Amino acid sequence: MPTSEDFAAIWLTLKLATIVTFLLLLIGAPLAWWLARTESWLKGPLGAVVALPLVLPPTVLGFYLLLAMGPHGPLGRLMAFLGVAPLPFTFAGLVVASLFYSLPFVVQPIQNAFEAMGDRPLEAAATLRASPLDAFFTVALPLARPGLVTAAILGFAHTVGEFGVVLMIGGAIPDKTRVVSVLIYDQVESMNYERAHWLAGGMLLFSFCVLLALYGRRRNGRNG
Amino acid sequence: MADGAIAARFRLAYPGFALDVDLELPGRGVTALFGPSGSGKSTALRCIAGLARAPDGLLKIGGDVWQDEARGVFVPTHRRALGMVFQDASLFSHLTVKGNLDYGMTRARVTAAEASRDALCEMLDIAALAERWPDTLSGGERQRVAIARALLTRPQLLLMDEPLASLDVARRLDVLPYLERLRDELDIPIIYVSHAPEEVTRIADEAVVLDRGRVVARGAPLDVLPSASRLVEGGRFGVVNALKARVVAVDDVYGVTRLAHPAGEILIAARLTQREARVVMRATDVALATSEPRDTSVRTILRGRIEKIDATESALAFVTLTLVGGDRLVSAITRLALDELRLTVGADVFALVKSVALDERGL
Repeated sequence: MPTSEDFAAIWLTLKLATIVTFLLLLIGAPLAWWLARTESWLKGPLGAVVALPLVLPPTVLGFYLLLAMGPHGPLGRLMAFLGVAPLPFTFAGLVVASLFYSLPFVVQPIQNAFEAMGDRPLEAAATLRASPLDAFFTVALPLARPGLVTAAILGFAHTVGEFGVVLMIGGAIPDKTRVVSVLIYDQVESMNYERAHWLAGGMLLFSFCVLLALYGRRRNGRNG
Repeated sequence: MADGAIAARFRLAYPGFALDVDLELPGRGVTALFGPSGSGKSTALRCIAGLARAPDGLLKIGGDVWQDEARGVFVPTHRRALGMVFQDASLFSHLTVKGNLDYGMTRARVTAAEASRDALCEMLDIAALAERWPDTLSGGERQRVAIARALLTRPQLLLMDEPLASLDVARRLDVLPYLERLRDELDIPIIYVSHAPEEVTRIADEAVVLDRGRVVARGAPLDVLPSASRLVEGGRFGVVNALKARVVAVDDVYGVTRLAHPAGEILIAARLTQREARVVMRATDVALATSEPRDTSVRTILRGRIEKIDATESALAFVTLTLVGGDRLVSAITRLALDELRLTVGADVFALVKSVALDERGL
């Protein structure tokens, strides 16, 4: 049976994924909007940076984030300047790291949705007296809803499933940074296979359900 | 510049395309921008809407300056009091018909009385569609909702970019009468972009012909379209005449209607219920004879005098007649026939129109 230790890890994981997904939608929507509509030369480089976590080993990302958050890194100095505790090995540090790690999974579906709708709905909105900001909220976002839902599901699921970056930034402090994937690792390390099964099996089921929801939604059509 | 008139000057160059127009458009009625695809007519319209920006453009409407680059003025689209209807209607699919209609109205801060809103919906026959979603509408309904949505913002100017082009022929005939009613009942200028001569002749008071980014002709549709129609594929079939005539009798035995026109009797292959009709006849359905033909199946024979001959480089010639009574009628015949009959300006001729080419769809 799962123990209170397991439930603490599950709770922490869900909390992390929820906060990260929420923040990523806030950051990702404007970023995706900019990437979808800009003609600036920065589009290529910035798009590539956003996509980096897709190809980099989590250890590389974790290593540089650790340096950046360290006492001599830019994020670390910023935190010191603001009088906030250093980020490494804290929950806040995990959130920051996850934001980078899951960014492409949120930005890309939204960007695709914005690109697919083209300019016409916004032009129509402009001829109906909607300012660009107004049109973004009342036309672009509602029309991009399927992309936003996909982005939220992928961002959430991907944050739940992260391991390498978490281990490097957060370690395995119970109730603070020991998420499910890390706890599974610990259990396997200590040969507690039965307890690892509960969590690993749960993750498997969870991931399957998420993907089923995602692909079922796509098959069921446009309005999802 | 007359009150409400429009002055527009745009020069714009893309690779392989240049627009260079300087237009004074009337402050009322329907002005058509006619030309083949790539002639710059839609680009000119987009410049007027502010959706495209010509680097040294100038645009004045009535007393308002919407663009004057020399003085650094460019009013963004959402601050221009215009309405625009796009080729594909562009209704917002996440809003109902009512939501679409309200979208512009609330933003334009129009306090249109419910009555005038209802009247417009009534006129466009969309009152019953309010709760429907755009997905569930026919192409013609969608376009009518788009027109209402644009008009409900109480624009100073209505722009229409090929509003019928995405509809099939039957739907086009559905929407056309609504456009004719709008033309008759609105008191704002309408700029209507089209590559279909038939729409231009039926709707526009004036036509501006564009080709390769330049204005090549302008005038009353029947004056400029015969020669301009060669610019578009199949354009000759789109040159149409419209004659007003009074219904005299409906022949129930044969199912035809007789109408009186000063130039002669017009027979229509349909039973009409109205007292007066606007009969639309294609130039390609009008034949010419130098003497009154007797042994022919053609039942509609109108008398007139040749006013103008436009011989194209192709096989075709357009002959414009002044009919008895003053109406004008364009006939498309071959250049061969023109020469063999020795038709010249000033000659008296008979125009022959097959009645089966005339039915209620064209009214």
